[in-house]
Amino acid sequence: MSTPPVIRVMEREARVFARLWRGLVLSTVVSPVLFLAAMGLGLGGLVKAHTGTVAGLSYLDFVAPGLMVASAMQIAANEAMWPVLGGVKWVSNFHAAVATSITAGEVAVGYVLWIVVRAVGASIVFLVVAALLGAVPSAWGVLAVPAAALCAAAFAAPLCAYSVRLDSDVSFPVIFRVGVLPLFLFSGTFFPISQLPSGLRPLAALSPLWHGVELARGASTGTLHLGADIVHVLVLLACVAGGLLWSRRTFTRRLTS
Amino acid sequence: MSTAAESAARCRRGWLASAAVVDPLIEARALTKRFGGFVAVDGIDFVIRPGEAFGFLGPNGAGKSSTMRMIGCVSPTSGGVLRVLGMDPAVDGAQIRGRLGVVPQEDNLDTELTVWDNLMIYGRYFDLPRAEIRRRAEELLEFVQLADRRDSRVDPLSGGMKRRLTIARALINQPEVLLLDEPTTGLDPQARHMLWERLYRLKQDGVTLVLTTHYMDEAEQLCDRLVIMDGGRIVAEGSPRELVTTHATREVVELRFARAAEQQDALPRVRELASRVEPVADRLLVYTDDGDATAAAVAGDGVGAATVLVRRASLEDVFLILTGRTLED
Repeated sequence: MSTPPVIRVMEREARVFARLWRGLVLSTVVSPVLFLAAMGLGLGGLVKAHTGTVAGLSYLDFVAPGLMVASAMQIAANEAMWPVLGGVKWVSNFHAAVATSITAGEVAVGYVLWIVVRAVGASIVFLVVAALLGAVPSAWGVLAVPAAALCAAAFAAPLCAYSVRLDSDVSFPVIFRVGVLPLFLFSGTFFPISQLPSGLRPLAALSPLWHGVELARGASTGTLHLGADIVHVLVLLACVAGGLLWSRRTFTRRLTS
Repeated sequence: MSTAAESAARCRRGWLASAAVVDPLIEARALTKRFGGFVAVDGIDFVIRPGEAFGFLGPNGAGKSSTMRMIGCVSPTSGGVLRVLGMDPAVDGAQIRGRLGVVPQEDNLDTELTVWDNLMIYGRYFDLPRAEIRRRAEELLEFVQLADRRDSRVDPLSGGMKRRLTIARALINQPEVLLLDEPTTGLDPQARHMLWERLYRLKQDGVTLVLTTHYMDEAEQLCDRLVIMDGGRIVAEGSPRELVTTHATREVVELRFARAAEQQDALPRVRELASRVEPVADRLLVYTDDGDATAAAVAGDGVGAATVLVRRASLEDVFLILTGRTLED
């Protein structure tokens, strides 16, 4: 009847979340509605009047999976920065955990897993809202959720590894401005990366978000391509695995010195 | 026949019991901790036995907290041998920690949770069943007199309440050893006495207490046995009484002077009256076996102290004699 240590680490996060969920649920539901209304319906109407479709899709169908995965990435980035530094500096809950039978490596993996749970929750809400707005043409769309989860993990794992080493949060807003925001805008979220100058396209292909968006878009529009999608999955899995290995090292170094 | 079997069983139990008393709970030999080029703990030896209250007394920076963190299996040793509960922290850290209770120097209660949830979540870290944690949490909140604050957040609690909650949290896994790093630093006298009383009760219940402190009164109150640390080394070891009788005299005469210059002038003359005199910032400490006689001699000699106080020697004096400094330095 023993519970794996990483689950016990997640229980603490779930308990904290249980106190805050009302405020978070509102933003989790409202923000996709706003984004889909503005981008999909507003901008999408304009696109339809001018060029008809984007990559063979209505703009709403095109942008919905992009927004979904991008918001999973944003949740992951947020949760992998301040709360992680808080865990070793302000609240010190990670220090408290490693004084028990939990190890620092288990704290790292458990916390990343919790972020994935958060991203999955938000993605399901997003998918339901998008489906209600008619932005998910294919039943394969449910697979967009694991795509978003994988993408969230690909960001969360290395970012947690980075954040836990810090002594102050001054670099976090910089990461958002020069890292998360450009990825959000230029990873095939709002327009295909074929629109980018040819020199920048390979850069966009390096973005984990692009791989996640491609997977989710293939799922929600029922146009998955086995060969290309396996590559997307492998790239994301490599980010997750590398990030987790790095996290276990940095968490251990920070929490047990 | 059955009586023979019973007595054999009793013998076996007796043998086990005495073996448990002899076996050290925590044992360190040449234990060392380095941070880069800085040696925080410099090859110390100690043995802690089940049921005793063992203290590390010393000023800030003596290496007490580093030692505690190594015992708590959250800080790898840099050298020497450390065995905790018969196991090696480098190999069985998680298993050892499962049987320890830790009260860190700085409270790390979860400020995002209530008092009650702090206990629940911490209990879950040890993989205890929820019903069992609830049962123990009720008891522990009674024990630390926080039952009426169970739904409160942590932040509004006073310093003494937070420390008591941290102790309750450290007891949730019914540890065999409770590690307390500076348990009463920053608390007011009333809160300190309340905490000491709770710790004394735990000791009576058979919990082994290991604590660090830079308060000699705390060491005297709580510790059966202690080591005095300075600069990463152990400079003396024994029960509080042994330490005083071995390293200090029975009594101390404290001479205070109106001005520092007067103290300077008096020092050579006072030295002639006693075998050991320690000047500290605002007074002279004269070590003697007969305080009243020495005080009379000082008065007769016309040393001119503003106040003369005779008291028993304490651990503070032991530290001063061994290191030439006071604990507060």
